[in-house]
Amino acid sequence: MATKTYIQAITDGLDQVLSDDDKTLIFGEDVGKNGGVFRTTQGLQDKYGEDRVFDTPLAESGILGLAMGLAATGWRPLPEIQFMGFTFEAVDSIAGQMSRTRFRFGGEKNMPITIRTPFGGGTHTAEMHSDNLESFFTDVPGLRVVTPSNPYDAKGLIISAVENNDPVLFMENLKLYRSMKAEVPDDKYTVPLDTAKVVREGTDITVVAYSAEVNEALKVADKLAKENISVEVIDLVSLSPIDTDTIFKSIDKTHHVVMVQEAQRMAGVGATVVSDIAENDILSLDAPIGRVAAPDSIYPFALAEDDWIPDAAEIEAKVREILTY
Amino acid sequence: MANNDSSKPIVDFAAIKENLGSEYKMVQVLDGSAKVVNQEVFDSFSDEQLVDFMKKMVWERALHEQTMSFSRQGRLGFYAPTAGEEASEMGSVSAFEPQDFLFPAYRDLPQLIQHGGSVEKGFLWSRGHVKGNQYDPKYRAWMPQIIIGAQFVEAAGAALGIKKNGENNVAFVYTGDGGTSQGDTYEGLNFAGAFQAPLVAIIQNNGFAISVPRKKQTAATTLAQKAVAAGTPSVQVDGMDILAVYSVAKAAREYAAAGNGPVLIETLTYRYGAHSSAGDDPSRYRTKEEEKPWHDNDPLIRLRKVLEDKGLWSDQQESDYVDECKTQFKADLKAADAEPKQTNVEMLKNTFEVPTPNIKAQIAEFEAKESK
Repeated sequence: MATKTYIQAITDGLDQVLSDDDKTLIFGEDVGKNGGVFRTTQGLQDKYGEDRVFDTPLAESGILGLAMGLAATGWRPLPEIQFMGFTFEAVDSIAGQMSRTRFRFGGEKNMPITIRTPFGGGTHTAEMHSDNLESFFTDVPGLRVVTPSNPYDAKGLIISAVENNDPVLFMENLKLYRSMKAEVPDDKYTVPLDTAKVVREGTDITVVAYSAEVNEALKVADKLAKENISVEVIDLVSLSPIDTDTIFKSIDKTHHVVMVQEAQRMAGVGATVVSDIAENDILSLDAPIGRVAAPDSIYPFALAEDDWIPDAAEIEAKVREILTY
Repeated sequence: MANNDSSKPIVDFAAIKENLGSEYKMVQVLDGSAKVVNQEVFDSFSDEQLVDFMKKMVWERALHEQTMSFSRQGRLGFYAPTAGEEASEMGSVSAFEPQDFLFPAYRDLPQLIQHGGSVEKGFLWSRGHVKGNQYDPKYRAWMPQIIIGAQFVEAAGAALGIKKNGENNVAFVYTGDGGTSQGDTYEGLNFAGAFQAPLVAIIQNNGFAISVPRKKQTAATTLAQKAVAAGTPSVQVDGMDILAVYSVAKAAREYAAAGNGPVLIETLTYRYGAHSSAGDDPSRYRTKEEEKPWHDNDPLIRLRKVLEDKGLWSDQQESDYVDECKTQFKADLKAADAEPKQTNVEMLKNTFEVPTPNIKAQIAEFEAKESK
C-alpha cells in the first residue's frame, strides 16, 4: 500500500485494465507521448505501445464515434475527452448513439466504452474547462455516470467502469487530481458502480454530496462534531443510477437531510435525489429538505469562481438551518 | 508605397477557385444512351453478372413501388423512397464482402437488405420494431443512421478496429449530398485518413437534401473533392450506370483492403420520389421539366438496352420477375405482421446488460402490468 494522489490512483487503474485485457485501448487528444495534459496517461504509451495508447486528431465527436466503431469490432475503448466542457461537441455520440446501441439492437450488441473526462471548479481554468455538466448526461438512458471523491475510489471505480459492458461516463475532479492523497492498494480491487458510500457515520443529519463537495461536507462534519452535532456524510459515487436505498436508510436514522452539489441548482442531480426522497421517504423527515447548489448562472470566469462554488461554510449554514427548523 | 496595378498579385485566388475540382471526370462504362464507353471494363463482366445486376435493380424498383403502396395503405412507418438510385445502391453494395462492415443511412435499406438484412426486417425497421435491427451474423452491418453524418465517425472507428484486428476487410459507409455538410462526415474521413484505416465512403449525390438543392449545399464544384482535405483519394462516378458504380466500388474496396487508407466515391444520381413516405411533396421545390432528363437517364433503361441487345433479357422476363418479387414482399409483410409486440419489460432489459437498480424496479413493475 502506498500513498497516492487522486490522479496517480487513476493512472494505476488504467495501467491495471491495460494489463488485464489486451483489447483495451486508450486514446484521445494528447494522451500518447504527452501522457495527457494532466499526465493521467503518463508512461502508458511507453509501456503498452502506440497500438494500445494513441493520440487522435482534435475532434471530440470523432473520438467518441471512433470508440463506437472500435467497440463494434471487438475492442474495449477508453476514450478521453480532454475537458468535460468539450463533451458539448460530442453530445450526439454519447446521448444519440453509444447509449442507445444496445437498445437499438435488441440487446444483441453492447458498447463497453468508458469515457474519461475531467471536470469541476476551483483551479482557475479558462472558460468551458470547469463546468459541471453531469446532469446533461444523467438524463440519458443507457449511460452510467460515476465520479470518485478520493484516490481509493478513483482506482477501484475506473477498473469497474472498464470491466462493465455498458457505456460509462467517468468524471474526474480536476481540483482533486493533485490536492488529495490517500492510501491506495497496489493490488487490483474494484469499487461497485451503482452503490453510494457512507463516508462518515452520524446520527443527527445526513449530508448527501458527490465529488469534491464530499470533502467540503466532511470538513463540516469535523467542525460540528466539536459541538456534538453528528453529521452523516454520503458520497453518491454514482450519479446515474442513484443509490436511493443508502440515502433512505440514513434518513430513517437522522430524520434530516441536506443535498449538496457544485453544479447549478436547476434540474440537477440534487433535484433527482430530493424528488426521490420526497416521493419515498418524506415521512421520515422532521424538517424540510435542505439544498446547497451553485446559482443558476453560467459557470463563472476564473476570478469569480470562488464566490460561486458552494463551500463548507455554505453547507454548514444550511445544516444548522435544517437542524434548528 | 503604392502598389503597382500592373504587377502580378502574390496569390491569384480567382484562378485557384476556377480550377478547384476540375480534375474530377465522371467515370462511366455505359453512357446515357447505353453505348459502351469503356470496352475493357465492359468485357470483364460475364453474362450472368449482367443479368444479376439487372435483377437487383428490378428488385429494388419493385421494392420501392411495393413499399410506397404499403405506406399509402398505412401498413409501414418511415420509409425513404429509392427509385432512381438503383444503380448507385445495388452497384456499390455488390462490390463488398459479407464481413465488410456496412454503415447505412436511412435511404440505404436496400443495401442493408442485401448485406445481412431481409425485406421482412426492413419492414420491421420501418415500423419501429427492434427485430428489424437484428441481422444475419454472417454479415456485419449497423442499423440505418438517422442523425446525418454520425455513421461516418462510427465507420472510421470500425475501419480502425478492422485494421487492428489484422483483417482483410473494410468498413463502408453511405450518406447523401446533404450529409457532406455535416461536421461528423469530415471528422470520420479525417480520422480514417489519419489512421490510414480501410474505409470506403460513398456519397450518393441525388441532388436534394429534402428540398434543398445540391448547389445550395456547398460552393464545392464536386462533393468528391471534399475528401482531398483529409488526404483521401476520391472519384466521381455516373450513379445511373451500375457497371461503372460497381467497378469503381470494387476498385475502392480492393485499394482500402490492401492497407492504403480510405477512399471516397461520389455517385451522381437522382431521387425520383419524395424525401420520405411522410408527406414530402417534391413539386414544392422542383419542376417536372427538371426531373425529365433524369428519368430519361434511368439506370434500368440503360442496362436493359444492353441486355436486350445481347438477348439476355426481355419484357416478359422482367414482368415475371417483378411479379415474383412483389408476391414475396407481400409474404414478407405478413411475416412482419406476425412478429410479437415489443413490451416495456423487454425494452428495459435492453437498456443495460446488467440492469441498474432503478431499471430492475421498473422491470418488476412492468412485469406485473404486462403479464396481465
